[in-house]
Amino acid sequence: MGGTNTTGPQNTAAPAIELRGISKAFGPVQANKDIAINVAKGTVHGIIGENGAGKSTLMSILYGFYKADSGEIFINGKKTEIPDSQAAISAGIGMVFQHFKLVENFTVLENVILGAEDGPMLHESLEKARDALKHLADEYELDVDPDAVVQDLSVGHQQRVEILKALYRQAEILILDEPTGVLTPAEADHLFRILQNLKEEGKTIILITHKLREIMNVTDTVSVMRRGEMLDTVKTAETSPEDLAERMVGRKVLLRVDKKPATPGEKVLEVNDLRVTDDSGVERVKGISFEVRAGEILGIAGVAGNGQTELLEVLGGFMNGRGSIKVNGQEIDLTGKFSDAQSRRARGIAHVPEDRQAEGLIMEFGAWENMVFGYHHAPEYQKSKLFMDNAGIKKIAAEKMERFDVRPRNEMLAAKNFSGGNQQKIVLAREMERDPDLLLVGQPTRGVDIGAIEFIHQQIVALRDAGKAILLVSVELDEIMSLSDRIAVMFDGQIMGERLPDQTDERDLGLLMAGITERKGAA
Amino acid sequence: MNKMPRWADVVLIPLINLALAFFVAGLLVFAIGQNPFDMVYFMVKGSLGSTAGIGFTLYYATNFIFTGLAFSVAMHAKLFNIGGEGQAAIGGLGAALVLLAVPWPHWTLALPFAIAGAALFGAAWAAVPAYLQAKRGSHIVITTIMFNFIGASLLVYLLNGVLKKPGQQVAETRLFGEGAQLPTFYEMLAPLGIEFSKSAPVNISFFLAIAAAVGVYLLIWRTRLGFQIRAFGESESATAYAGISSVRVTIITMLISGALAGMLSINVVMGESERLILNFVEGAGFMGIAVALMGRNHPFGIVVAGLLFGMLNQGGFELLWEMPGISREMVLVIQALIIIFTGALVNMTRDPIERLFMRMSKEAS
Repeated sequence: MGGTNTTGPQNTAAPAIELRGISKAFGPVQANKDIAINVAKGTVHGIIGENGAGKSTLMSILYGFYKADSGEIFINGKKTEIPDSQAAISAGIGMVFQHFKLVENFTVLENVILGAEDGPMLHESLEKARDALKHLADEYELDVDPDAVVQDLSVGHQQRVEILKALYRQAEILILDEPTGVLTPAEADHLFRILQNLKEEGKTIILITHKLREIMNVTDTVSVMRRGEMLDTVKTAETSPEDLAERMVGRKVLLRVDKKPATPGEKVLEVNDLRVTDDSGVERVKGISFEVRAGEILGIAGVAGNGQTELLEVLGGFMNGRGSIKVNGQEIDLTGKFSDAQSRRARGIAHVPEDRQAEGLIMEFGAWENMVFGYHHAPEYQKSKLFMDNAGIKKIAAEKMERFDVRPRNEMLAAKNFSGGNQQKIVLAREMERDPDLLLVGQPTRGVDIGAIEFIHQQIVALRDAGKAILLVSVELDEIMSLSDRIAVMFDGQIMGERLPDQTDERDLGLLMAGITERKGAA
Repeated sequence: MNKMPRWADVVLIPLINLALAFFVAGLLVFAIGQNPFDMVYFMVKGSLGSTAGIGFTLYYATNFIFTGLAFSVAMHAKLFNIGGEGQAAIGGLGAALVLLAVPWPHWTLALPFAIAGAALFGAAWAAVPAYLQAKRGSHIVITTIMFNFIGASLLVYLLNGVLKKPGQQVAETRLFGEGAQLPTFYEMLAPLGIEFSKSAPVNISFFLAIAAAVGVYLLIWRTRLGFQIRAFGESESATAYAGISSVRVTIITMLISGALAGMLSINVVMGESERLILNFVEGAGFMGIAVALMGRNHPFGIVVAGLLFGMLNQGGFELLWEMPGISREMVLVIQALIIIFTGALVNMTRDPIERLFMRMSKEAS
């Protein structure tokens, strides 16, 4: 009812959330500086900003995880103290985290009532929740089988369970943190429809994302944060992606990668009928074949969890596979003594792994140690047979940090103290500077700020132009489309098809990503 | 994020924990009608008040440094080796076999071989749990603690059987002989004109322990192996990515750990009892865990913590003599409190102190 024409009464009513002068410091780091924000009731409000801009801190304050050093929170015009998440829930705030907080081996119903049980016996609560869920499902297109076990659900459905949990707790204000990172384009569309329904019912939604396109598509207003400060709040209709990017970074940003056409050379990587079975016996890669030539970037698109990770792990040498992989025409060992990552490096394969924090870096180690991690056997890093050349390594690390503009320029600082973008630059510097023939790159800009994305993309293209073969795996379609010279789409462990970036679009790729090939050309 | 200064982390917090431990122990002592200040006085006097006291303190400290180092090396790979007790016991068997096998002409000849025997046997005792962890995923905490019992039983069996000195009731071997006697501090310091207690068992093994600490430092922070051990400890997934074999690192780390624990027996078996006896480890294997925790897994910290625990051990025994009102069990309770506060609860005081420092630095700025 009148979902579109509600601007009038909103302006007179108290805002759903009003923050005044919120500040929060962690030691010398001012994560939030005198933040003021007004979120009108019944709107979708986007918050964007680079990593470390203070978005998560602000939301954590709102959800009671952190206590602000100063400032006030008003919910529906009433001053509210939020010392813990319990208080946030009773104030009507629900939060959907980027990493779901679900008990995997519980059913949907059990997850929904967890922490909101009515009495010592479960039966009554479960039945009550079952009814409530049915209503919510009808109302908001939030259908999930209440008796399904969470681990059997798709990621999109798991996210719905998170939303249901919040709604079951009578949330009037829903905060979603990077909700589409793990979704297919179709699932994301469905999510946005749900959000639209919620909004029309008068709920208030705060959407935290770094995807400018989503901001443009679904929000009513958008706030930009930079370095702990709330810069602007603007009406979405009155801005553009370029404008928002510039506000976020503080300077003009190139959203598109500037690159010359590729000049492919010799075949560097040839993969033939590769199959990978994981520890639990599930076949994750089901006989794929492709090649990458020198001087070109092959982009592998697909929703996370369709075999791309396993493909990279086999190529990188930390998972076994079957089939044939040739590098520079020579077969490489897939299961035997020389199938480890060290042997791969010896064959000229460098690898920027998907999960830089768990794999690419040792978070507790200093940047200097991380700069040689994986290459620590190399003769130039040794002082003698027994000891490593720590002083020399520090010097080399400092030089590489200079060349890759890693900030802060302190090689002694532990990796965990760098921002996502700078962590990625450390990994890139280490892997690219070893002059590999083939570079494997997984999710190069996941969790990386816009300013650093530009730099990282330029480096990858520069390496291609230097005649190296590059295999790029990314779940970001924009990234795949702007970097790749050819695009292969993976679904359920198979390559559904190959496309040239200038002869395809998001819709076409989106269908392939969902495993739909037959309708190709028909639509 | 901003942390508190390093000195506070490394020095202040252990001292606060220690003070807390003594405070609670003092309450207990007070509750049984004794004077808590006497307790502290006699513990300090007993451990540092005479060369005999110092000698015993250093003797115990030597043990704790070895087992503390053993635990810490494994801990750098996040392997929780609580089998130091058993590895030290079997290390003693190794040392004893070497020393019994040959009529050694002089300790300088005997020592390297005894070290090799002790280290080898200690390492071997750690090798089985290591293999099971690396290859089979059996949890190392479970297997190493089981191996403590097996090791103890094995010694009982051997010392009541083939190794037993003929013609006597006690379960122990014959003496190793004069050629295997390590020089004590009394003997070493006499030529320098320093009169050290003759009764104190502290011997040249103390310097071996210090050398081991230096060796562990170099291993962990200067060598490729140490790099791999630390990397493995921090992130198993990253080591797989780097091509570091988790099986190899697990096994080698545990071998080194077991060898260090085994070397405790050089101090006790070769240096003090001069024969293999039952239960000679006397809980030093477990004490090493607290020592390593308090020493923050750093060799320097372990040496300091080892000395402190040596003091407590010796001071505790002295307390029995000086304060008849305090029973042996009470001494154990006091020692246990100190271990709990400085070892197991080491993080309890960190948070509030960290917050205090953060508030102070904010007010200053």
